[in-house]
Amino acid sequence: MYYLNFKPEQDKDWQALAQAYTAETGVPVTVVTAASGNYETTLTSEISKSNPPTLFQVNGPVGLENWKDYCYDFTGTEILGELTSDNYALKDGDAVLGIAYVVESYGLIVNKTLLQKAGYTVEDIQSFADLKKVAEDITARKAELGFAAFTSAGMDGSSDWRFKTHLANLPIYFEYQADNIGTTKAIKGTYLDNYKAIFDLYINNSTCEPSALAGKTGDDSRNEFLAGEAVFYQNGSWEYSQLTGENAFTDEDLAMIPIYIGVGDEAKQGLCTGTENYWCINKDAKPEDIQATLDFITWCVTSETGTKAMAEDMGFVIPFKNAQESENLFVRQDAEYLAAGKVPVSWNFPTMPSENWKNELGSALTSYAAGMGSWDDVVKAFVDGWASEYALLG
Amino acid sequence: MEKTIKKSWPTFAAFVVGFLWPFVQGLYLSFCKFTTVDKVEFNGFDNYIYALTDGEFLHAFWFTALFTVVSTVLINVLAFAIAMALTRGIKGTNLFRSVFFMPNLIGGIVLGYIWNILLNCVLTLLGQPLMSLSAPYGFLGLIILMCWQQIGYMMIIYIAGLQSIPNDYLEAARIDGASERQILWRIKIPNVMPSITICLFLSLTNGFKLFDQNLALTNGDPRHLTEMLALNIYNTFYGRSGAVWKGYGQAKAVLFCILVIVISLVQLKATRSKEVQQ
Repeated sequence: MYYLNFKPEQDKDWQALAQAYTAETGVPVTVVTAASGNYETTLTSEISKSNPPTLFQVNGPVGLENWKDYCYDFTGTEILGELTSDNYALKDGDAVLGIAYVVESYGLIVNKTLLQKAGYTVEDIQSFADLKKVAEDITARKAELGFAAFTSAGMDGSSDWRFKTHLANLPIYFEYQADNIGTTKAIKGTYLDNYKAIFDLYINNSTCEPSALAGKTGDDSRNEFLAGEAVFYQNGSWEYSQLTGENAFTDEDLAMIPIYIGVGDEAKQGLCTGTENYWCINKDAKPEDIQATLDFITWCVTSETGTKAMAEDMGFVIPFKNAQESENLFVRQDAEYLAAGKVPVSWNFPTMPSENWKNELGSALTSYAAGMGSWDDVVKAFVDGWASEYALLG
Repeated sequence: MEKTIKKSWPTFAAFVVGFLWPFVQGLYLSFCKFTTVDKVEFNGFDNYIYALTDGEFLHAFWFTALFTVVSTVLINVLAFAIAMALTRGIKGTNLFRSVFFMPNLIGGIVLGYIWNILLNCVLTLLGQPLMSLSAPYGFLGLIILMCWQQIGYMMIIYIAGLQSIPNDYLEAARIDGASERQILWRIKIPNVMPSITICLFLSLTNGFKLFDQNLALTNGDPRHLTEMLALNIYNTFYGRSGAVWKGYGQAKAVLFCILVIVISLVQLKATRSKEVQQ
C-alpha cells in the first residue's frame, strides 16, 4: 500500500510508523509526503501513475469535489465504527468517502509571562471587550513594557491563511449557528463587522505598522513570539513543537485562549476545534490493496503502537475510541475547555467555496491593512465572492 | 542519407514520446472535463468559450504583452550597450563579462524571493506600498528582476556577434572617415543581425512564458493584477475545486501555446529579412 501524506511536519513519524507496521505484519507500506502547498499537484500526477496512492487526503467537502470519483466508500468498514462521532465522517450523499484522522485546535496562543508583566492574567480575558482592553492597554504602554500585544498579522502567502481562512471561520461559524445551517451557497456576512473589529485589533496593536504586514511571513510572526516581542499569537495546536523545547518556552509560559470576536455567548466559547484532514482510499486500487490499506489505517488508530505514535510522536488527537492522551499542551487545554462546559467553535472553512475565494479575501485584507483598500472591498470579496465562486463550482 | 535517417530514429522516437504525444494528448484534453488524465469526459468547445470570455485571462494577456514589450526593449538595448563597452579592450573585461553573466546562473524562483525581499525593503524605506499591494510597483519589480537576470546572457550573445565582425570592415570605414555613429548603424548593427534575431527571440518568448519569477515575486497580487499568462493558467488548473477547471486551464494553455508560436514566427521572419551576408 502507498500513502500520500499531506503533513510535511509529520513525515518522519509516518515513515517510522510504516516501518513498525511492516515489522509487525510483513506488509510493505510506502509513505510519500508531498511538499508543503503542493498536495493537489502531487496527487493529480501520482494518481494517474501505474502505482497510484492507495491512501490519500482531502481537506473537506470542497476538496472532495475534485476527488469523489476516486474515493472508496467506507460504509460497513471496521474503522468507521471506531470513530468517536459521526461528525468525523465525510459524506457525499449516503456514501462515506473520507474519515477524519486528526482533530486540531487553534486560538490565541498567549505568552503568560509577558501578560503577567503587563499586569494581567489569562483569566482576565473572557470576551472580546476584555481582549480589546488588554491589547490596547499594552499598546499604550508599549515603549515602557518593551513588547506589543499581537505578533505581526503577516499577509505573505506563508501566513495569510491564519486570517483569510482561520480567522474568517469565526464569522462564518456564528452565521451558520444563527441560521442553523452547516453550509451555504450564499453567505450573508452577518458578523463581518465583528471580523473587522478583531482584524483591526490585530493590525493596530501589532509589532509593526499595518502597511508593512503585506510582506511579513509566518516565520516572522513565530520568531517575534519566540523572542518575546508580543503577547498574543494566533495559531494552532500544530505549533506546539515549534514553540517548546530548547531555547523556547515551557508549558508554564504558554496558554491558548479562544478567539473572541464579540458574538454569541462568549462565556461559553471554546477553542476552534475541528479537522481538515480526511483519509480517502483510492477505489480504483486492487481489492487486495484496498483491504491492506484499510487494515493499515485501522491498525494505526486501534493498536497500541499506532495510537501511541499518533499521540506522542505526531502530537495528534485522533477522533477514535482507542486514542491515547496527547502531550500537546494546547490539545490538553482544548479538553479542559470542553470539560468546563465550553463549546468548541467548529471548523467551517472546508465549506469555503475555493482556494480562489480565500486568495481574493486575503488580497482584500492585505490592501485594507495597508490603508490602500476599503473594508467594503473585503466585504465584497467575502459575500459576493462566495456566491460567484459557488456558482462556478456548479 | 539512408544512414542518417536510420541513425535519427532514436531521436525521433524520443521526440514523439517526450513532445509530440503529450502535445496531442494535451490538445485533446483541452476539449474535455477531467481531474486526472485517464478519466476524461468530452465537452466540446465549452473550455475555449470560458477561456476567451474570462476577464482575468484577458487582463493577464495584456499585462504579459506590455511586460514583454518593455522587458524585450530594455534587455536588448542595455545588453547591446554593455556588449559594446566590453568589446573595446578595457582592462578587466573578462571579469566584467563573468559578473554580468552570473545572475543568469541563479534559478528564477530563488531570484524572485531575493528580489521580493530587496525591493520590499526599498519600498518600505521610501514609505511606498509594497509590491503585493500595488500593481505598478509589481510590474516595475518584474522588469527590474528580468533585466538583471537576462542582460548578462544577451550580452554574451552580442559580444560574440560583435567580435565576429571582420576588422577590415571597421578599418576601411574609419579610413573612409566614417563617424562612430555611422559605424554603429551602418556596419555593426547590420552585421550582428543574426545575434539580434536570436536575442529578440529569446527575450520575447522568455517574457511571454515567464512563470517562476512572477510566482515568487508578486504571485499575481494584488487581486490578479500582476498575474501573467502562465501563472493564470497554473492558478486556473490548481487553484480551484471541481473537474471543469482542469479543462479550462488546459484550453488556456493551448491558446497560450499557439500565441507564443505565432509571435515567435512573426518575429523570426521580420528580423531574418534584415540579416546580411558577410
